[in-house]
Amino acid sequence: MRVPAAIVGPGNIGTDLLVKLLRSDVLDVRYMVGVDPASEGLARARALGVEASAGGVDWLLSRPTPPEIVFEATSAKAHQVNAPRYAEAGIQAVDLTPAAVGPFVCPPVNLPDHLDTPNVNMITCGGQATIPIVRAVADVTPVSYAEIVASIASRSAGPGTRANIDEFTETTAHAIERVGGAARGKAIIILNPADPAMIMRDTVYCAIDPDTDTHAVAESIHRMVKEVQTYVPGYTLRAEPQFDEGRVAVFLEVRGNGDHLPPWAGNLDIMTAAAARVGELLAVSR
Amino acid sequence: MTVDVRITDTTLRDGSHAMAHRFTADQVRAVVHALDTAGVQVIEVTHGDGLGGSSFNYGFSAVDDVELVRVAAETAYEARIAVLLLPGLGTVADLRRAHDAGATIARIATHCTEADISVQHFAAARDLGMETVGFLMLSHMSTPEALAAQARIMADAGCQCVYVVDSAGALLPDDTRSRVAALVAELGQDAQVGLHGHQNLCLGVANSLVAYQAGARQIDGTLCALGAGAGNSPTEVLAAVFAKMGVQTGLDVPALLDAAAEVALPFIPRLPWAERNTIVQGYAGVYSSFLLHAERAEKRYGVPAHEILREVGAAGYVGGQEDMIIDIAIRLSTV
Repeated sequence: MRVPAAIVGPGNIGTDLLVKLLRSDVLDVRYMVGVDPASEGLARARALGVEASAGGVDWLLSRPTPPEIVFEATSAKAHQVNAPRYAEAGIQAVDLTPAAVGPFVCPPVNLPDHLDTPNVNMITCGGQATIPIVRAVADVTPVSYAEIVASIASRSAGPGTRANIDEFTETTAHAIERVGGAARGKAIIILNPADPAMIMRDTVYCAIDPDTDTHAVAESIHRMVKEVQTYVPGYTLRAEPQFDEGRVAVFLEVRGNGDHLPPWAGNLDIMTAAAARVGELLAVSR
Repeated sequence: MTVDVRITDTTLRDGSHAMAHRFTADQVRAVVHALDTAGVQVIEVTHGDGLGGSSFNYGFSAVDDVELVRVAAETAYEARIAVLLLPGLGTVADLRRAHDAGATIARIATHCTEADISVQHFAAARDLGMETVGFLMLSHMSTPEALAAQARIMADAGCQCVYVVDSAGALLPDDTRSRVAALVAELGQDAQVGLHGHQNLCLGVANSLVAYQAGARQIDGTLCALGAGAGNSPTEVLAAVFAKMGVQTGLDVPALLDAAAEVALPFIPRLPWAERNTIVQGYAGVYSSFLLHAERAEKRYGVPAHEILREVGAAGYVGGQEDMIIDIAIRLSTV
């Protein structure tokens, strides 16, 4: 039987996530929850055959069949309020906001450690795109320092990201260390307004011992890229990993699946795709 | 001292690009002392890409820039120390450290269409009691009207002077005049307007004069034009030209000429000048700091730097996307 699930937050992210989850064999998305009766996202969800309400979390928790897994795509503030209520109701939460109530997860890296964790956080788009690569390198050789540059289309950066861009750099840097396994992490984000919109690009630099077996590092990176491709088909290497004295540089492109959001918004797609992946793996492990 | 236009010297920030971010404490001490003696009121000291710029992507600093800020603040008697911060790279935490080290002016830079990512940094700077300046980088990529609307966002966030920043040295005098005038009209008494010029098309000084005539009241320069691309408007030339026009800058021209000739010139490894690569930057509208990165990529991948820079211009890459230079070089080397 498929595991009942809900999405809280009917914005663009929530809607894109819904389109992805409707394809799932293991999750049954029953509810889309918002707070604004005029929300276009609630209407879109209804059109897709999902029960939708502007009654907020109160409404969700009073359903005769409550969800077992909830995906939250609201704001950090809202999730901080909602998280204890999900926990009390025994609902596992996948948090796409910057609230970071629970531990950071990146599906191919550390999800198996958190299958029973009541609340997991999806880090940032740049984190989902780059931490697998940092981990792939760290699996072969110690990474004393990892630095990532995420370039995204201006149009894909919402008001929340713009008002607190430090949150992106700081959260991503911490996750590069804690989840990626680098001793020290640094994150940089660039907004590019080019028209037509630029597809998300990510560059990962890792400081490694100059005598490292570069062949083994490159193999590990290729294996990890294949693994990410199982849930983000548009995740590709632009070139072979580049080795220079004490450093490997990896150039990535993240093309979105074009579900609800356009393909250039790979940054948003990798968040929803990773969240969907997390939800499915949590459901299967039950 | 009341002046008609305030010259900010950024030898120790924009010049850092041309020094591959290898400034030493002794060099900073000597430059600050010379500029301070010559009457320069504001001296910017930071990694070329601002606080937090020391990295694989932009180049590692020889000396931590917050340490250099401390050295500069200890050296200056009259001059105030400014720092640059690019949101998305530097953070409020970096700004606090720079403030603790003695910086009193925060210059917050965004691409010319992305001013709203600076709001939290202006708020933090004002909370710290710092004077604030906003940089709209690659200003040639926006129309005067669009630029003025972005300047308004910065001013409303607490920015006290918004600069038209010609990061690619691509503006012609008429382009400069229309942009400065649009910002002056939009901002009125709410904030001043500034100009940061580059010499890629050898128009930095001419554009600075035009900007002053259009109402700009802060202008940037560097000693010996030391800076990204073909360098910046030379501070010593700006001082001489404004003096000749009867415009008060408060600068001692002979002292600045000494500073350029005797303090800066001896440590400059290669004077910036308008040659094929940098002219392409001005002509194609490419971020000036990409120059040395493109030259390194030329050596590594055997692709001419000017071809890489043309591709960068065609792709519309913005400040901070130094990684894309390698990406382009790899692609060009395999076709």
